[in-house]
Amino acid sequence: MDAIKTEGLTKHYQVGFWRPRPYVALDNLSLSVGPGEVFGFLGPNGAGKTTTLKLLMQLIYPTSGHAEILGSPVGDVAVKQRIGYLPENPYFYDNLTAEELLVYFARMFGCSASEGRTRAARLLDEVGIGAERRFQLRKFSKGMVQRVGIAQALINEPEVVFLDEPMSGLDPLGRREVRELILRLRDRGCTVFFSSHVLSDAEALCSRVAILAKGRLAAIGGLDELTSVGSRGWELVVSGLTGDVLARLKPRLTRATELGDGRFSLELPPSTIPEQLIPDLGGARIVSLNPLRGTLEDVFVEQVRATSAERFTEKVAS
Amino acid sequence: MRSIAIIAGGVFRDSVRDRIGYGLVFFSIFLMAASFLLAQLTAGQDVKIIKDLGLASASAIGLFIAIFFGIGLVTKEVERRSIYSVLSKPVTRTQFVIGKYLGLVLTLLINLSVMVVAFYAVLLYLDLTTLDGAKAAWEAPALDPRMLKAFALIGVELMLITATAIFFSTFSSPFLSVAMTFAVYIIGHFGEDLKNINSIVKSVVLPYITKAVYYVMPNLSALDVKSAVVHGLPVSGTSMMLATASCMLYIATLLVGSIVIFSRRDLK
Repeated sequence: MDAIKTEGLTKHYQVGFWRPRPYVALDNLSLSVGPGEVFGFLGPNGAGKTTTLKLLMQLIYPTSGHAEILGSPVGDVAVKQRIGYLPENPYFYDNLTAEELLVYFARMFGCSASEGRTRAARLLDEVGIGAERRFQLRKFSKGMVQRVGIAQALINEPEVVFLDEPMSGLDPLGRREVRELILRLRDRGCTVFFSSHVLSDAEALCSRVAILAKGRLAAIGGLDELTSVGSRGWELVVSGLTGDVLARLKPRLTRATELGDGRFSLELPPSTIPEQLIPDLGGARIVSLNPLRGTLEDVFVEQVRATSAERFTEKVAS
Repeated sequence: MRSIAIIAGGVFRDSVRDRIGYGLVFFSIFLMAASFLLAQLTAGQDVKIIKDLGLASASAIGLFIAIFFGIGLVTKEVERRSIYSVLSKPVTRTQFVIGKYLGLVLTLLINLSVMVVAFYAVLLYLDLTTLDGAKAAWEAPALDPRMLKAFALIGVELMLITATAIFFSTFSSPFLSVAMTFAVYIIGHFGEDLKNINSIVKSVVLPYITKAVYYVMPNLSALDVKSAVVHGLPVSGTSMMLATASCMLYIATLLVGSIVIFSRRDLK
């Protein structure tokens, strides 16, 4: 059973007052996330990430399609018992303290007040809120509210946790702590679905990612799959290469760069098998051979541009 | 039921700590105390003035809290997005609306109780410091328990105004919600005049319209017994019960309407 599953999930909004027209915030999103996965939901601003999360929390209703969490339709109270959610830029009740807020939420999950206080204390320690836990939330900085937001998402020890831009507003130390927290959740068997436009977070944490652009799913897969080995060819570093040998090899190379001390970096296209090139090196010595691996950023930029161009072409055609 | 109680408790705790709420209750108590000083300037009317001002200030301050806090209950949560965290917990939108309503009603009733205590304290002081001969001129005793009937009906009215405020806030802007709730309050107090408008206006169509408005709007004038209790006139239990029952029905209708609208709404 998938932890999260969406099929053809679509959301249109009406924009414009006098002549309302539909704005496609999310278009036919189908994806599934397995139990225990750390899944990165990536996309530029306005791609539809928050819309998807709101649909999964049933804060908004889909125009078409449907979604399931832990095998039950979204919005099911029994499922809500087993999930946690951190909204983007969370806001809580100003007049409550961090501790009171967490106890308030814990009680919604059926915890007694004393059990709620125990959980609140543990989680506030975990997210780095110290003595400030007894201050009213109106006195908290944005980063501290974000930490409280993460704590409240975990108050019920969820099986699936949804984090919308969890690193937003955090300082470098806070970001590292949240990364470590997500990894601890993964080790505990919790499924983590987090949206972000910070690619380094996804590269550090995710087993699989989806890239969303203009409301459409542009790519989905494992990090290795998306940034697949050898997809951009190979880099062969050699020394002792003579000028005439280099001239002979040039048509088979993408690029040749002199590194100094008689060393050259030769970039091979994916179509060239490195082993076939070795006999033609004319006695030059091989220093290293490495696959040219695309970064998640390369994939992200490529997919977002392609989807944007596709949407533009469709718009012009219609 | 548990979720409703938790949400209601949250509203109560939040509003108890709200400085504006405190300010309003203290202002009401100040008005009651001030009415005592004003009463010193009049001969024989002192107790009546204190009762009039006390009941009016309790009603006005309660109305202010019911409208402004009632509208904020839903709109503020949606605007500030604090509702996202609440609705992702095992809480339905129905439980959310009912919990919010009950939380504010609890706050209002406790505020009203504080005002009742302050009101009777002022009257007790007056009673103790007034000579028996002067008391003979009073229409009703200073510590007349019948005034509790007026306070009880103010409580019912505030419950209805809170439900009205929540209802409007589920589909319109805060400004419009305030305007519409206040309009319901005003029209509700002129219910009898609307019903009998044909006796003062010569029109064929208007009486039908005003009668329709009379039947749609709550009859708040039936809850207003302030004048009667101040003058020591009897207020029948039956009329109080009927007025309360019709208001409860109205409150239930408004809450069902609020739930239906709010349950379908996209929280953008």
